[in-house]
Amino acid sequence: MSLRARVLDALAEVHDPELDEPITSLRFVTSCEVTPGGDVEIVLRLPTPQCAPNFAYLMAADARDAVGRLPEVREVTVRLEDHFTGEEINGALARGGGFADAFPGETSGDLDALRDLFRRKALVVRESRLCEAMLADGATPEQVAAWRVSDLPLGPDARRCLELRGELGIPHDGGSPAFVLPSGEPVAADELRRWLLTARLVRTSLEVNGGICRSLLKIREEAAR
Amino acid sequence: MHTYNGDKFFVVDGHVHFWDASPANWVSGQEQYAKGWIECFHAYMGLGPEQTHWPIEKFQKYSEEDFVKDVFEDGHVDAAIFQSTYLKEWYTDGFNTLEKNAELAEKYPDRLIANGRWDPREGDAGMRQLEADAERYGLKGVKLYTAEWYQGSRGWSLKDPESQRFLDKCQELGIKNIHVHKGPTIWPLDKDSFDVRDVDFAATNNPELNFIVEHVGLPRIEDFCFMATQEPNVYAGLAVVIGGLMHARPRFFAKVMGELLFWVGEDKMLFASDYAIWEPKWQVEGFVDWDFPDDVEFSDYPRLGVEGKKKILGLNAAKLYGIDVPEELRLPGEEPASREDARLASDST
Repeated sequence: MSLRARVLDALAEVHDPELDEPITSLRFVTSCEVTPGGDVEIVLRLPTPQCAPNFAYLMAADARDAVGRLPEVREVTVRLEDHFTGEEINGALARGGGFADAFPGETSGDLDALRDLFRRKALVVRESRLCEAMLADGATPEQVAAWRVSDLPLGPDARRCLELRGELGIPHDGGSPAFVLPSGEPVAADELRRWLLTARLVRTSLEVNGGICRSLLKIREEAAR
Repeated sequence: MHTYNGDKFFVVDGHVHFWDASPANWVSGQEQYAKGWIECFHAYMGLGPEQTHWPIEKFQKYSEEDFVKDVFEDGHVDAAIFQSTYLKEWYTDGFNTLEKNAELAEKYPDRLIANGRWDPREGDAGMRQLEADAERYGLKGVKLYTAEWYQGSRGWSLKDPESQRFLDKCQELGIKNIHVHKGPTIWPLDKDSFDVRDVDFAATNNPELNFIVEHVGLPRIEDFCFMATQEPNVYAGLAVVIGGLMHARPRFFAKVMGELLFWVGEDKMLFASDYAIWEPKWQVEGFVDWDFPDDVEFSDYPRLGVEGKKKILGLNAAKLYGIDVPEELRLPGEEPASREDARLASDST
């Protein structure tokens, strides 16, 4: 596998924190250049120049870090193009600085709390999809509530759930409950319906948000042609 | 007014603009932001049907004739509400200020309502300005931007004690409708400006005021719905929901409508076109004709009938703003707003 292919694989692991989808399938990566010496240059473009700078920064920094972890990579440059705070974000990325470094005096700290909030939303969305599939297959709420992580069907949703739980510090070994509330508490059988109703709403929100982003990006691509 | 299948719909458009984003109004040195902002809005127009798209030049600045034709003549709108947006750091005379909106509203006093604004951080001077605006323009509503950057302050909250002073003043001045922008903002950059918990707090403490959350908190409708379901005086402003989704993403539109009908209900949803981002004509016609896709995925959601559509398109907002609805356009058994008010007055004597 070429280094460029491995760089693209690494980028496919970087998620839009708000949408919980890979930045590659969202078509945010517009170019990826790899020199024979292992220098990588990545260009990102978001659906609108006004996309929230906080999420824009997180994606660009995550891309830099994910690619930088590949042993053969020497230098990584990530550049956000056509964004109203692109200059500030690109400058901070080049310096290896954080979000506060990009906007000195304009932010009160890092973006950990924001990221944490959206990881919990993403977890609810993924878990509820798995849970609904089980119920549709005939499982009862009691059975579903008794399921363990090791009972989950293998697939992208289950894999991402465990990843998110790991990042959130929620136990995710085979014997831990398959379905947990955003707080990490197991979902009880008698609260399953309520949990699924709220999860459906969060899911709708994320899907709609992603849909609007895709439509706007398409409009942007058409305008550029 | 729009007639469909013999049913007549009274239309109140809860969110319209008359802006000037033409290059002549760009602040020197800030041109890239002024240009970028309006181009971003213009991209949103692309989510509507192709035959309703405008060239960017017209979109930057449209005429009074365009407004009257698009909103009143073609758009079926009986009454419309201006929500002001200042953005004076980028636009010399502002993007669409109360003063400018009111000029047009004064020409169509029966059909246009101009909403004002306040910001608790402006203190006593802001309070005097609100009083002056209320007197001059007869304000019935305000539009608030809690996430706005102001002299080094990183936004404010409706929970702040100073905010309550302004809410008390609104009560005193008869400004019943508090529209709150919870959605994308420019500064401050790191804050989650979508947080609606302060609306929850203010709505509980001010049960006589109505709180309309613009854009239903998109893209965070879940936070909005969880809150609105508990507060009887919190309403969903549908600007962007219809314009941005009904044509471009019909299945997502159906899901959002389903969730809003379930959590918020048809009595607390308010139509809004967000003109000139989108023209009201296709939105009103499409909404009246809309139904859930025939698919099991949508079968759990509450249904929306003709009566519900009448409420959402105009009757709910008419109640909040005391707009008189012709008798033939009311729901059976419903009293006009003015008669209700008269009854309240007589009750208190």
